[in-house]
Amino acid sequence: MSKVAVTPDIASLIGVDKANGAGLSKGDAVRGRLLPVREELATVLPWAGLRSGSTVALPAPGELGARALLLALLTEATTAGSWAAVTGVPGLGLLAAAELGVAVHRLALVPKPGGQTAAVAAALLDGFDLVVIAGECLPADQRRLSARARNRGAVLLPMGGWPGADVTLRCTGDRWTGVGYGEGRLRTRHLTVTSDGRRAAARPRTTTLTLPTQPAPLAPVRHLERVS
Amino acid sequence: MPDWPVLAACKAAGADPLRPAAVFRANRVIASSAAARSEGIYRGMRRRESQAKCPELLVFDEDADRDARLFEPIVTAVEELAPGVELVRPGLITVPARGPAGYFGSEESAAERIIDQVPIECQIGVADGLFAATLAAQRAQLVPPGQAAGFLNPLPITELDQPADRSPQRAELVGLLRRLGLRTLGAFAGLPETDVASRIGLGAVLAHRLCRGLDPRPPDRRKPPANLEATQDFDPPIDRVDAAAFAGRGLADQLHGTLLANGLACTRLTIEARTEHGEERSRTWRCAEPLTPADTADRVRWQLEGWLTGGARPTAGVFRMRLIPEEVIGATALQFGLWNADGDGPGPADDRAGRALARVQGLLGPDSVFTGVLGGGRSARDRVRLVPWGEPREPAADPGRPWPGRLPEPSPTLLPDRPDAVTVLSAAGEPVAVTGRHLLTAAPHRVALPGRRPQLVQGWAGPWPVSERWWLDLIPDRSRRSQHLTRLQLILEQSAEDQLALLLAFDGHRWWLEGAY
Repeated sequence: MSKVAVTPDIASLIGVDKANGAGLSKGDAVRGRLLPVREELATVLPWAGLRSGSTVALPAPGELGARALLLALLTEATTAGSWAAVTGVPGLGLLAAAELGVAVHRLALVPKPGGQTAAVAAALLDGFDLVVIAGECLPADQRRLSARARNRGAVLLPMGGWPGADVTLRCTGDRWTGVGYGEGRLRTRHLTVTSDGRRAAARPRTTTLTLPTQPAPLAPVRHLERVS
Repeated sequence: MPDWPVLAACKAAGADPLRPAAVFRANRVIASSAAARSEGIYRGMRRRESQAKCPELLVFDEDADRDARLFEPIVTAVEELAPGVELVRPGLITVPARGPAGYFGSEESAAERIIDQVPIECQIGVADGLFAATLAAQRAQLVPPGQAAGFLNPLPITELDQPADRSPQRAELVGLLRRLGLRTLGAFAGLPETDVASRIGLGAVLAHRLCRGLDPRPPDRRKPPANLEATQDFDPPIDRVDAAAFAGRGLADQLHGTLLANGLACTRLTIEARTEHGEERSRTWRCAEPLTPADTADRVRWQLEGWLTGGARPTAGVFRMRLIPEEVIGATALQFGLWNADGDGPGPADDRAGRALARVQGLLGPDSVFTGVLGGGRSARDRVRLVPWGEPREPAADPGRPWPGRLPEPSPTLLPDRPDAVTVLSAAGEPVAVTGRHLLTAAPHRVALPGRRPQLVQGWAGPWPVSERWWLDLIPDRSRRSQHLTRLQLILEQSAEDQLALLLAFDGHRWWLEGAY
């Protein structure tokens, strides 16, 4: 086999990237499966999508903007037919998920995994394309789960610290418009997301998500009129 | 057992069975008690209409598990007198009459002995064939052999639509026959079978055979080959219902794998469980439609739940389970669509996800895995119903209604299970409340979340009052109450870049954190 043929094959192996990211091409979407994400998020992810087998760390669910970022990340993939499971995030607002465009019927929730987060996540990685886990996880379990995701071709999305993650997304700004002082209503959220990570994702990148993308139009205001 | 779902529901809820009560599915009565019927409540009536006719009506939801579990002691009681018990559905048992009739002298005395034996009121009928016997039991009649057709002739055509084999096709057929002017079973039975087959179809032929007092399926049914049964041994033995249910699912898959390989589907199934101490419990389940793997797993769970949690608990864990198909038919009836992958039906990805969720349910219990269904309602919490995996996904309320007063997009991304109390202070340091005219007593200035220092309010919107279900206050003795809330959106300054948006609700006494964005 010639030298030329070997290089792309190695680059196509899941979990193997070239240091400068130059080897990444459209072909990667075909070989390692690439799950689609929103346009803005594609600019901060090294493969312009969620590559199957990768681990993408999110902020802990209690942090500002973490849930909105999570739901925004799941929209395109679930509408394209992938199943997503969210473990250990009680009280996740599914109506907000639906409004952001998540296919809610393909979103499974395990709100209280008890002490068995790792066992539950391992079982979910067998059947789901996207597995979100939050909660305590031993470092050994973390390595094992990342390896399992790589092996099964799923995307692991841990919320909270995850040292071995391929990419780490953080919310660095969260502003709202629409609310005045006693008037208006919450309309648009501007969520600034920064990514960094290993290898191809080492250079920090920042984007701003506008949620919802197209705010619902204001209902016409009806004023009371004098009738007599 | 007439009106078994109602009796079971009353028993489970500890209600007096003599009170008017009804069990509903999708807002329609599916079973009502005798007291309710005397008030004019009949099957298929809407809930609102039935409550209007009888305001003290007890309303229950349908629950197949409850029906099956409570029925188990009755099956046991009958089994002591008459061997060969087959469950058609919870509430209806068939027993071959010849054995008990011979032993107790006559069919009448056998029926009396069984009525004495069963702990609650029941009705017994004897006739040729399951369909005629079911109708005879509803009328407490003993039809002599060979006279089933004569017994069936004068009965109304609507009797064809029995709960045991209720299907939309059967209901449609009954409607069609009524429109054709065939008002009794006898009139339908009088039609030539070939005409029924050529003009209406296969389902009608089965119904036609029923009306003539024959077995629904032609008698040349295949005998199952001996090797179809599925057996599994458990080490350690199973003594918990959830573990048994999980094992039952695997066993059901195994059975259906074998059946599928032989191109067969099962319509009558015997489930046999044996404990370490040699106790054995076996039941035969009969089904109008061929059993799917999920149906089979359900029946295993019902049977073991009745045994393991019932009065006559076994002294040791279950160590062997056997599923024996008693009657099989060609599997075409159970074929899944080949091109479902991109349609509405389940595709391979859905199957994979379903299996993973079933495993998680095995780890954590059945009520640990949910999918959400969006429905109607005013608050973000009301509009989402979390359905345990495997249960039917039905919205809690109709999403098509206008629901005036609900907050527009975006909705909170966090809806706490137990809302925390929040303190809202005005600039003067006074607590902010809502007046009877739904106005704030002062503009909110600082907000203290539980366990946090008061934070400065950077913006607020509202108040939006909502009064829901106020009519419930007019009816005493109800678990659901009316809800009078005033909602407020707040923005708290966290840092130069960050703002925290909250949704608060005032219930007349204090503010609650309803959601965070």
